[in-house]
Amino acid sequence: MAELFFWPALLFYGEAAVGYLGEARHPGTAGRAATWGVRLGWLAQTALLVYQATREGGFPWGTWAGSLNLFVWLVVTAYLIWGCRRSFRLLGLTVMPFAVALLVVARAGGGTGTGSRSQYSNLFLVLHVGLVLVAFAGFTLAAGLSALYLWQERRLKRRETTILRRPAPSLATLDRLALRTVWVSVPALTLGIAVGIVRLIADGDRIDALVAATVVTWVVWAAYLVLRSVGGWTGRRAAYLALAGFLLVIVVRLALPATHFA
Amino acid sequence: MRLVLVGTSHHHAPVELRERVALDREQSAALAARLAEGGCEAVCLSTCNRTELYVACADPESAERAAVAALAELEPAVEQALYRLRDQAAGLHLFRVAAGLDSLVPGEGEILGQVRAAYETGTTGMLLDRLFRQALHVGRKVRAQTAIAESPASVSSAAAALAEQVFGDLEGRSILLVGAGKISELAARNLASRRANIAFVANRTLDRANELASRFGAEPLPLEQLGEELVTADLVVSSTSSPGFVLDAATVAAALGRRRGRQLLLIDLAVPRDLDPAIHDLDGCYLYDIDDLEAIVAETLVGRRREAERAESMVAAEAAKFHEWHASLDVVPAIASLRARAEEIREAELRKADGVLGRLDESQRRAVESITAQIVNKLLHLPTVRMKQAAAAADGVVYAEAVRHLFGLGEDER
Repeated sequence: MAELFFWPALLFYGEAAVGYLGEARHPGTAGRAATWGVRLGWLAQTALLVYQATREGGFPWGTWAGSLNLFVWLVVTAYLIWGCRRSFRLLGLTVMPFAVALLVVARAGGGTGTGSRSQYSNLFLVLHVGLVLVAFAGFTLAAGLSALYLWQERRLKRRETTILRRPAPSLATLDRLALRTVWVSVPALTLGIAVGIVRLIADGDRIDALVAATVVTWVVWAAYLVLRSVGGWTGRRAAYLALAGFLLVIVVRLALPATHFA
Repeated sequence: MRLVLVGTSHHHAPVELRERVALDREQSAALAARLAEGGCEAVCLSTCNRTELYVACADPESAERAAVAALAELEPAVEQALYRLRDQAAGLHLFRVAAGLDSLVPGEGEILGQVRAAYETGTTGMLLDRLFRQALHVGRKVRAQTAIAESPASVSSAAAALAEQVFGDLEGRSILLVGAGKISELAARNLASRRANIAFVANRTLDRANELASRFGAEPLPLEQLGEELVTADLVVSSTSSPGFVLDAATVAAALGRRRGRQLLLIDLAVPRDLDPAIHDLDGCYLYDIDDLEAIVAETLVGRRREAERAESMVAAEAAKFHEWHASLDVVPAIASLRARAEEIREAELRKADGVLGRLDESQRRAVESITAQIVNKLLHLPTVRMKQAAAAADGVVYAEAVRHLFGLGEDER
C-alpha cells in the first residue's frame, strides 16, 4: 500500500524538478506543470506519511531513512508556502532536485515502507526530533533562497539581457525571506536541542557525534542571525554563510546516524 | 449591413502625414456622427500611430467613398496612404489593433484604452457594438493569456523594471536623480508611477534642480553633495550632459561603508557616460548604462514578438467567430421566416383537425401539440444549421434566396 503513495510522490517531485529546469530556460508552461507536480507529489507524500503513522502506531521517523522521508516532506511543505507564486518558481530549481534525491535515499534506506512499530510515539521525542527536523527544513529553504539570491545577483552583475524575461524574486525579497526563515528555524532548533539535552541528562547518556554536529550547526545559524542583525551582513556574504550552514545540515542529516536514543 | 474600414497607420504613412489626419476626441465623435448619417454606424479611431474609420452600412461602396472623402478633406495627400478593408478583413484588423499586434511595439497597452475611447465616442449600432466589444475582449484576453505585455518596451521602463529586480516593490525606495533634463524627468515619472520616492535632484545649476525637484516633492542638490546622499539612496539615475564622470568609484566606495550592505542600483542614461564603469565592480553595486538597457529592451522585444505569434492565432479565432456571427445576419431573416411559415402551417392543420382533436382530453391534446412541434423542429433543424454554415462560407445570401423561393416566403419578410 505504501508503494501506491511513494511512487506518485516521487514521480510528481521528479516531474517538478525537470519542469523547473524547463522554466529556467523558457518561462511558462513548464513552470506551471512543475508547480502542480509539487502540489500533487506533496499530497501523495502526505498520504504516505499518514499511512505509515497509522500502521506503525506513531510517527514514522524512528529510523534514519524514515526521518529523512519526513524531512523531505517538511522541506517541500516549507517550499510550498512561497513556491507556488510565479516569481518564486525558480526556487523549485534549488529545492526539488534535492527533495527527489533525498526521497530516493530514504527509500533505499527503507524509510518509505512499513513493518516496524514506531519507537517515537513518546511526546518527549516527538518534540525533540520534530523541532530539529522543522529547523533543518527551514535551513534548507533558507539555503535555497540564498542560492537563488546568488544566481540572481550574478545575472545582475553580468548584465544578462534576459533578466526581465525570466521572472525571479528581487534580491531584497530573497534576502529578507532567507532571514525570516532562519529567524523561525533557529528558535525551533534551540528548543529541539534543549529538549534533547534534558532527555540526555535524564537518561545519563553521553554527548555523541550527532549532538556535537547539531550544536555546531546551531552555532553557525545563530551566528548568521547575529552577523545580520549586529554586523550588518546582508546580500552575498549572508548568502554564502547560509550555504555554509546548509552544508552542516547535510552532514547531520546524511553523514551521521539519525537516532541516538534507544 | 456591411463593414468597411478606411484608414492609415505608421505602416503606410510617415508622422508628417499622420499628424495631419490625427483627430482629438471631439473631432472623432463629430466625424463618426457625420459618417453615420442615413442609417449607418461609424467609429473613428485616431491615435498617434493611426487614424481609422470603421463604418457599417448597407451600401459599402458609398460608405467607403464617404470615409475616404472625410480623410482627404483633412489632408488630400493621405489618399495615397489609405488602406481599405471590408467585412472579415476589417474585423480581423481591428482585433489585431486592439491586441497590440499592429503596434510599433507589439502588445503595448495604450492602444486598448484608445480603442475603448473610440468606441465610446462612436455612433454605433448592432454591428459596431458587437465588433468593438469583441475587439476589447480580444485585447484583454491576449494580454491575460500571453506574456506579450509583461516586459518593458522603453529604456525608462526597463530601468524601473530593473530596479524591481533588485528591490522588489519600489514603494518608498529613495531615488537620487542626477541631472534635471527631459530624460531625468521621464525616468522620474516612470519610477514615481511605481510609488518610488524621488528624494533628491542633483544638478550643476541649482535652479534647474529646483524646478524638477518641486514637481516631485524632492530636495534639490548641487552636484558636489552627491557623495553624501549616496548613503541613503537606493537608486541613482543619471543623465547630465557632463563631458566626464560626475560620480567615480572612489566616491561610491566611500559611501558603501555607511550603507550597511544595502544594494545600490545606478542607471546611467547619459552619453558620454556620467558614472564610472568601475562602480559596477563594487560589492552590492549594480551599474547599467544606456547600452545595457537598450540590449535588455531589444531582448524583451524579441520575447514580445514570440508571444505575438501566439496571440495571432487567438485573434484569428476570435475574428472567425465574429465573421460567423456577421455572416449569420444575412440568413437570420430567412430562417425566421421559414420557422414562422412552418409554425403557421402547423397551427392551421391543427385547427382543421379540431373536430377530431376536440374529442381528446387535455393531456392528449398537449401530446399532439408537442409531437407536431417536434416534427417541425426536427425538419427545420438541418436546413437551419446548413444555412448558417453556408452564411459563414459566403453562400448565405444564395441559400437564403433559395429558401425564400422554395417555401414561397413573402418579400415583405426580408
